[in-house]
Amino acid sequence: MGAQKLKLEVASGLLVWVLLLGVAPWALDPFRLNLMAKYLAFAFVAIGIVLTWGYGGILSLGQGIFFGLGGYMLAMCLKLEASAPELPDFMVWSSVEQLPLWWEPFRHFGWTLLGIAVLPAALAYLFSYAVFKKRVSGVYFAIVTLALALTLTVLIVGQQGDTGGANGITDFRTLMQMPIVGDGPQRTLYCIEVLVLEAVMGIALFVARSRLGKVLVAISNQEGRVRFSGYNTAHIKASVFALAAFFSALGGAFYTLQVGMIAPSVLGVVASVEMVIFAAVGGRMSVVGAVIGAVLVGFLRSYLSETFPEIWLYFLGALFLIAVLVLPNGLFGLLERCVLLLKRKRAASIPVQEDVRA
Amino acid sequence: MSFDIAVMQAFNGISLFTILLLMSLGLAIVFGLMGVINMAHGELMAMGAYATYLTAKLCEHWLPDWWMAVYLFIAIPVAFAVTFVAGYAIERGLIRFLYNRPLDTLLATWGLSLILQQAYRSIFGAQEVSVPLPGWLAGAWEPTTALQFPLNRLFIIVLTAVVAVAVYGLLYRMRWGLEVRAVMQNRLMGSAVGVNTASVDAMTFALGAGLAGIAGSVFTMVGSTNPGTGQLYIVDAFIVVVFGGVQNLLGTAMSGFTLAEAQTVLESVMSGSMARVSILLLVIVVLYFRPQGLFALRARG
Repeated sequence: MGAQKLKLEVASGLLVWVLLLGVAPWALDPFRLNLMAKYLAFAFVAIGIVLTWGYGGILSLGQGIFFGLGGYMLAMCLKLEASAPELPDFMVWSSVEQLPLWWEPFRHFGWTLLGIAVLPAALAYLFSYAVFKKRVSGVYFAIVTLALALTLTVLIVGQQGDTGGANGITDFRTLMQMPIVGDGPQRTLYCIEVLVLEAVMGIALFVARSRLGKVLVAISNQEGRVRFSGYNTAHIKASVFALAAFFSALGGAFYTLQVGMIAPSVLGVVASVEMVIFAAVGGRMSVVGAVIGAVLVGFLRSYLSETFPEIWLYFLGALFLIAVLVLPNGLFGLLERCVLLLKRKRAASIPVQEDVRA
Repeated sequence: MSFDIAVMQAFNGISLFTILLLMSLGLAIVFGLMGVINMAHGELMAMGAYATYLTAKLCEHWLPDWWMAVYLFIAIPVAFAVTFVAGYAIERGLIRFLYNRPLDTLLATWGLSLILQQAYRSIFGAQEVSVPLPGWLAGAWEPTTALQFPLNRLFIIVLTAVVAVAVYGLLYRMRWGLEVRAVMQNRLMGSAVGVNTASVDAMTFALGAGLAGIAGSVFTMVGSTNPGTGQLYIVDAFIVVVFGGVQNLLGTAMSGFTLAEAQTVLESVMSGSMARVSILLLVIVVLYFRPQGLFALRARG
């Protein structure tokens, strides 16, 4: 990443920070603030997609898997707390008599947090390392992850008694005896979410401008040459994929907290592909762009589907087409180009003034 | 397992196989030969289904009653023609700007599929539409009391065979197919020896789209259509193509057969959703060991 671009990223990142933390909590009513928190949950995923797809050229159409894993793990913990000492209601309805063994760790918040932090990332690393080692390339990787997202959805919907089925996991009010519903708690959660998001943006910017980021770009252009230079490209790609999975899981956990439920529909094929569009619209090479893309598309979706329910899908489809055909680098790419043009103009205007003086 | 049950199982497997094959043949041409990831393939199938629905409505209104018995023979060519033209327009208007950017074709065609879905919803409404099944396709052929072969399934099997043979002939026995394969193997060389590559690209994509239209038309015989129908099919179609090994139509057919038989056998021992999960995991495992697909040709890249 050039110095010019880094400056732009940091400046716009600071602006976003001020808007999210300094302006939004006071300017938005609780309902809108809650929606904002929901869009930001997707921004976590979009940042991961910028690193994997934008920098590394690895397109995953299954980021919903990791988003869902994070969301479900937290939801399981919250649900156990809400229904303790009895079984969760949906298990009772499907006449499950004993808590499944794999639910046990989620009785403790600590184990749950550890699970969210480690499990999706570890799964992502193991899976993708195996796949990259076999040199499965871009398109095939995209389709395999698409199949995985479908598999997970079918599995969750099919295992009604253990997972809540198509309705997902709902109805929880407290986290470690602290309420999470209501305007006050949600505002606090929003602030925590923004702080964590800032940290994630920082990590992503650091990775993007570090040597790892440069190697990633090299891999996406000429993987063979990078491999011949002695890099273990499978390990590098898998590590970045795991990092993206970690970000997604964080986003999923915040989604569960803010929306108060998690269901298979947010981790399926359609949701996973939509997550890619957030990064594409904001700019696939820009961390701040990913956040802006997620918020912008989320906001437009709410606004358009409230006011003109018919045109929302036309609009989303057109957004895909425009992002790919006209703006391959998204909104951030447009901004970058404008800044560059301005600079050139200024540089060009100086000699002209000197001429006049002479 | 008794003989009758085994025969019915095999028949169900073949029936599912022909449906998978119809779904994936067009995709195999577009993805396998051209390298374009067409996520709007499912919506092209839905377009074929809606074209069949409209044809049936028009036949009902304008033609004497006995025409309803044979309207399918009008509707299938109509579905092919409509989607063929649509495919041609999509290639000229969108795909041709994105060759060599396969991941971007994926995103752009996904956007297109969303637009088409909404268009179907606006035109035909969100509810399911279905077409009347001609009387001679209702019923079933019962050689013995335990064996029942639904006639519409038999018709689909025959039709799939016809379509598959036609595609094979077109691509491997005709001059046009030779040009297609030449362009797909080496575009520059193809154009150097005088093949109009732009026209071949457009026609090939249109052919793939037309095959999707035939598939959609045929699906109206076994189920109803709604604006979201396409998305149900698309992932399955891709799995069949990738599992078989792209660039190889025979591989697509064999992979469709394997997956269909595996699905029907597994469904008899476990629940439908678990059977589906097992199949998907099996595909992923096989792709791990054979990244080029199960039936890929051994060739030097």
